[in-house]
Amino acid sequence: MTFSEQLPALQIVIPLLGAPLCVLLRHARGAWLVTLVCNIACTLVALALVAATRDGEIIRYALGGWAAPTGIEYYIDIVNATVLLVVSFISSVVCLYAWNGAEKEVPLDRHYLFYTGWLLCVTGLLGIVITGDAFNAFVFLEISSLATYLLISLGRERNALTAAFRYLVMGSIGASFILIGVGFLYAATGTLNMVDLSERIPQAESTRTVLIAFTFLAIGLMIKAAIFPLHAWLANAYHYAPVTVTALLSGTATKVSLYLLLRFFFNIFGTEYSFGQMLLNYILLPGAIVGFVVMSAVAIFQTDLRRMLAYSSVAQIGYIVAAICLVTPLGISAGIVHIINHAMIKAALFMATGCIIYRLGHAHIQSLGGVAKSMPVTTAAFIVAGLSLIGVPLTAGFVSKFNLIAAMLEKGWWIAAALILMSSLMATIYIGRVVEIMIFRKPRLATPESSGTREAPLMMLLPLWGLIAISIFFGVFGSETLSIAASGAERLLDGRLIEAVTATAAQAGSMEVSQ
Amino acid sequence: MNPLWTLLPPLAVIPFIIFFGEKRKNLRELSIVIAGIVLLLLNNNIYTSLMNGVSSRSGEIDMMAGLTLALSAEPIGNLFALLASFLWIITTIYSIGYMRGHHEKNQTRFYACFAIAIAAVMAAAYADNLLTLFVAYEVITLSTYPLVTHAGTEAARRGGKIYLITLMSTSIALFMPAIIWTWVVTGTTTFTVGGILSPDSLSPLAMGVLLSLFVLGIAKAAIMPFHRWLPAAMVAPTPVSSLLHAVAVVKTGVFALLKIATYTFGIDTLATVGATDWLLGLAAFTVLSSSLVAFSKTNLKARLAYSTISQLSYIIAAALLASSVAITGGAMHIVMHGFAKITLFFCAGAIMVAAHKTEITELDGLGRTMPLTMVAFTIGALGIIGLPPASGVWSKLLIAQGTLQNGQVWLIAVLMLSTLLNIGYLLEIPLRAFFRPVRPQGSSDGHHDDHVGEPVDIAGTPSFKSAGWHEAPAPSLWAMMMTASVVILLFFYPAPLVELLDLVAWR
Repeated sequence: MTFSEQLPALQIVIPLLGAPLCVLLRHARGAWLVTLVCNIACTLVALALVAATRDGEIIRYALGGWAAPTGIEYYIDIVNATVLLVVSFISSVVCLYAWNGAEKEVPLDRHYLFYTGWLLCVTGLLGIVITGDAFNAFVFLEISSLATYLLISLGRERNALTAAFRYLVMGSIGASFILIGVGFLYAATGTLNMVDLSERIPQAESTRTVLIAFTFLAIGLMIKAAIFPLHAWLANAYHYAPVTVTALLSGTATKVSLYLLLRFFFNIFGTEYSFGQMLLNYILLPGAIVGFVVMSAVAIFQTDLRRMLAYSSVAQIGYIVAAICLVTPLGISAGIVHIINHAMIKAALFMATGCIIYRLGHAHIQSLGGVAKSMPVTTAAFIVAGLSLIGVPLTAGFVSKFNLIAAMLEKGWWIAAALILMSSLMATIYIGRVVEIMIFRKPRLATPESSGTREAPLMMLLPLWGLIAISIFFGVFGSETLSIAASGAERLLDGRLIEAVTATAAQAGSMEVSQ
Repeated sequence: MNPLWTLLPPLAVIPFIIFFGEKRKNLRELSIVIAGIVLLLLNNNIYTSLMNGVSSRSGEIDMMAGLTLALSAEPIGNLFALLASFLWIITTIYSIGYMRGHHEKNQTRFYACFAIAIAAVMAAAYADNLLTLFVAYEVITLSTYPLVTHAGTEAARRGGKIYLITLMSTSIALFMPAIIWTWVVTGTTTFTVGGILSPDSLSPLAMGVLLSLFVLGIAKAAIMPFHRWLPAAMVAPTPVSSLLHAVAVVKTGVFALLKIATYTFGIDTLATVGATDWLLGLAAFTVLSSSLVAFSKTNLKARLAYSTISQLSYIIAAALLASSVAITGGAMHIVMHGFAKITLFFCAGAIMVAAHKTEITELDGLGRTMPLTMVAFTIGALGIIGLPPASGVWSKLLIAQGTLQNGQVWLIAVLMLSTLLNIGYLLEIPLRAFFRPVRPQGSSDGHHDDHVGEPVDIAGTPSFKSAGWHEAPAPSLWAMMMTASVVILLFFYPAPLVELLDLVAWR
């Protein structure tokens, strides 16, 4: 039993222990440091897990030494290792940014609670991804939802409370649906372990119980992933939450739900059942397509930068879902690539918005005149991230969009490809509109905040530009993400979680590696 | 030699430009000229090795599983790179006179963006595959946007908006899907001798759609209806209009089409595509209608812009004719039109700086104060028209020959008619300048000193004041003399170009 074998547990234990530590410290900066250290440790663990699963290996870890059917098992392959890395990395970068980013938005005496919520949220998100137990996934979902609820309600504006409440209601409905779905699955198969589920569902798949479980899970996950038309909670939450929290959530929360969706429908129910019999793609695709066309159009008419980016997020989730609906290796890998790339791009855009809010105190698009002059570094960051969102070559967004359209054309979905391009043009408009105001419009000297504004603090700009540099790197050397995504897509389309019956009882407290 | 080196001089000079800045502007501009000379030598080196039958490639970056960024040297690209790098030197010298004479602001930013655009043009010229070409294409668009909006005025902002929206939206909505489609069908985007598409790799209809996506999506070639960005870009300072919007940017568009015709479709496959007919019709329509629009424009730069649109469609037509002769002619026309049009723009800028005139109707009698400028203008105009002893005649001849080979006789008529129109709208300007009397002061703009009480000039007799020469600053004058003499030189000595283009492998 070596240290490296305990990595899956550490992934969850580190942030889970960090959270009470923050409360005990009751010190704003100390809590920040704890959060940062925990996040960086999580990132390193996730990096090690990606390296371990890179060649198609599967890690199964029996928590507390209780073997799978009795205890809870963590199940890690390249798909969720990648998502773990994305979540913990985005969280680390945004945490670094929060040193200054959160100081104006959250009262200093509540910072320790803020960071406690942050760590619990990250624990929940990582837990959803890492677990190999359907019920455990629900438990972690609840942890992250409650923590997110706390984080959103810390927003400065009064609307933050309403937004948080709406998020709570919608989130609870989604979680309840998932719980009911998992319950029916248990009734039908007598197990909650994902590997066992995937083996037993084929025998029970003609029963109405499984059908109902499938339906509840589909709707619950659509709510949590904010897939059009079940996206209503997202815009308000992103708008009124502290912008640091929005940057965190935009890069992680919906991505985790999308991961869960992939895992349930490709691996647990199986590709053939979900898409061949239940025609899930016919249910998701119209929503996805209408979503990215309509939401891009809606984004054009927003007056607040955060809200504009929130609607853009719904549109981008639409791209990912549309790619998944192709059910081809190219399509799914395009979807996974976009999960990675969009997490970075959107977090960077929200961080740039946060810099503007830090200095101006607001993010009304029409009042952003003169920002390019007073905050050139932030503006440049916003432009580069915006170009990436549009999908200009040499940015990560280009790699996503290229593969997305290639996957569509390969399957012969001309109209969907054309609509994606149309939606990209709308992205050009809504990003271009903001940039134009930033560069060409004169600042409104009437408001005291906008006069004499300076560049945002270095501790905000550094993480922002770091994230952008990485997204440019993945735009030029896109093969790195693509090859990971391609092996992920292979795992998902493969259907079963493990080959044949290798699921012998895992040894106490150790993990078993099976090829 | 590795063509990647050609990106180095324009990129390496940027820190120098920023370092020297406004305070040491002589050093700043000297460093650009040195970079330009180095770049020209590098391109010349590639030319020599091509002539010796040595091909060269850069390493590659694996951008997306199997899709790479890579450069390789090939005759048409080398020709384009030579043209752009030579004219970069000349334009920089011209800019010294113009930008200072015109008291432009932010000159450091101007020269830096200019250098990025040149680096991107080199990448486009030596692009080894469609992906690299597309990347360079987009970088050119983005790096020239600050140049178009340089003045920062409301008009510049509006012009820049049209510029950016047209070029970006066509490239994202049409050009990019065409590339992806090609990739999905053939599994590669590399420029290959004889083309990568064969007549049966797609249905005839789909093939036509693909070709149309390319021709319309490459809006830098300014085929109608996506031509509006070019007149809109004329709000830029004249050196930008002359190098970028008469040569580098627009020629990247038509160059891309020539490459796609030769190396993506291959001329044999292209000849089987039915859609060439309607696209040729569209090109012919663009040639004629933009010539007519040019007639109606009284602003000098606007007229030259529409003339460029018309000439670009010659090259588009040459690419679509799918014959080796026509494509050779098209590639030659990139050079011939490049030199002629840059001369005309230099002259327009010189007139703006020295006489503060932008409208053609104000140019009456200007030949007396700016004779050198107007002589250069005449030579440039002859180059565009294609009259000996100016070089344009060769490329037009080849394109016409290609038309006959292809059996599209009607296109000859279009070309001839367009030549007549060229004579009409271009030669009007030197005729006015040399033979019309100077307009009475009151009707022209207010820049000339208007001394009340002095005897008003009698029509037709040159006044004492206008008898003196008042030319643009020496660097600008020198630059336009240089390009004008190249226009004549290439008439007598086109051999190097022909020899280079003879190396193109068609099948």
